Amino acid sequence: MATAASRYDWDRLGIIPRATPRQSDLMIVAGTVNAKMALVVRKLYEQMPEPRYVLAMGACTVGGGPYYKFGYSVVKGVDKVVPVDIYVPGCPPRPEALLDGIIKLQEKIRRATLARVDAPPPKDRVLSSALY
Amino acid sequence: MPVKDLETQDMLLNMGPQHPSTHGVLRLMVRTDGELVSDVTPVIGYLHRCAEKIGENLRYEQYIPYTDRMDYLSAMSDNLAFALAVEKLMKIEIPERARHIRVIMAELNRIASHLLAFGTYGLDVGAFTPFLYAFREREMILNMFEYCSGARLTYNYVCVGGVIKDIDKKFAEMVNNFLSIFDQRLKDYNELLTYNQIFITRTKGLGVLPADLGVAWGISGPNLRASGVPWDIRKSEPYSGYEKFQFEMAVGKDGIGLLGDCWNRYWVRIEEMVESCRIIRQALDGLPAGKHKGDVKRGFKVPKGEAYTAIENPRGELGFYIVSDGTDTPTRVKVRAPSFCNLSILPEMSRGVLIADLVAILGSIDIVLGEIDR
Repeated sequence: MATAASRYDWDRLGIIPRATPRQSDLMIVAGTVNAKMALVVRKLYEQMPEPRYVLAMGACTVGGGPYYKFGYSVVKGVDKVVPVDIYVPGCPPRPEALLDGIIKLQEKIRRATLARVDAPPPKDRVLSSALY
Repeated sequence: MPVKDLETQDMLLNMGPQHPSTHGVLRLMVRTDGELVSDVTPVIGYLHRCAEKIGENLRYEQYIPYTDRMDYLSAMSDNLAFALAVEKLMKIEIPERARHIRVIMAELNRIASHLLAFGTYGLDVGAFTPFLYAFREREMILNMFEYCSGARLTYNYVCVGGVIKDIDKKFAEMVNNFLSIFDQRLKDYNELLTYNQIFITRTKGLGVLPADLGVAWGISGPNLRASGVPWDIRKSEPYSGYEKFQFEMAVGKDGIGLLGDCWNRYWVRIEEMVESCRIIRQALDGLPAGKHKGDVKRGFKVPKGEAYTAIENPRGELGFYIVSDGTDTPTRVKVRAPSFCNLSILPEMSRGVLIADLVAILGSIDIVLGEIDR
């Protein structure tokens, strides 16, 4: 939240928050994703128009974080649910780290090309009960 | 066909789980009759992180970082409540200096939390500017916390036996600097939002919570005080040396707003920031010399027994109930989260209001979802 407010102000990087996934091209997963939330995250991702990007913000979304061992309901990383483009570690990440993640994503988009790449595209992952 | 013979139907409206006004991942099932809300059912559990179960698996000192993540907007209070419960079981004395530092931190955190509540409440009712003002001052407090604990939100600063690090002259300077400008800033907020006629019209008489209903539902904190019940754990069961400090309890009243309405809930938070400043000034001026941490070894064992301590969190009564079997790991950790109880009153308060007012009511009870779902 502080990233959006006075001191850091992500508007200057061209980030404008939208209230609906149908108008968005970047989803910031900003909190712990548990079994109940995973379905919703997946649905939100599918509602977004392409090209779409996902930024995993925080240790919990990157890989379960402090809830990895005993968190029975916590999905161990949001990349098990949706493909993630940028991982921002930290618990919670500093606003600078989030801004850096966004700049990295912008660089990644700038590098993107229509030419064929050698690596096969990542398989679309399907949510199953084996996740958590 | 006459109008009265037309078939009418309630509409079920889904808000959330991710909605800009829900302050986290809360889902509201709203039954609407036209523009009027006839029933609201909060659906929680989207942020359940097994906090109580984790407490049974980790040692006491290892669990404190998890308390940070319950109420991430006032992590110091959560640290403090857990540490107090463990200390009550261990029957240890805390150095006077540590108690003062804990009070300073808890009150600074209360201001930071109320600033966020003030700013986002403005957002909820359609005013964007107060949000930017509130975050400007909140950054100053976060800077202080970062200086003394190394983190902006999850501090892990209060530990069993005291605090992890002593405060120094530079920290006191930062606090004094903040206090000297904050009174003026509060006046700005009042001009900007509190006594703004548009804001008063929007929130007056909205979501009135009668005092008896609030008590019956276990509401605590600013939400209950706004209904005119003078109940504050800092006064009724002082902990950590609160009995030594002079401060008034902000209680809601009829006047600009009605007793127990959204405006009063908002106004009690503004008044509490003023009182918090008073407490911090007294605690900092009377800061005794000595140690910042008592003699508590790593991997300490806690005597068999059970203890409950409650403190006044920015949102109300935050309690930790711990059962110990004599080892270094608790058998049971139960959290009495204020936001959880405060949210339970939402269906009662929002019957018959407009859909747009539902957002204003939800914003005024100031919930944190990390604490509700735990």
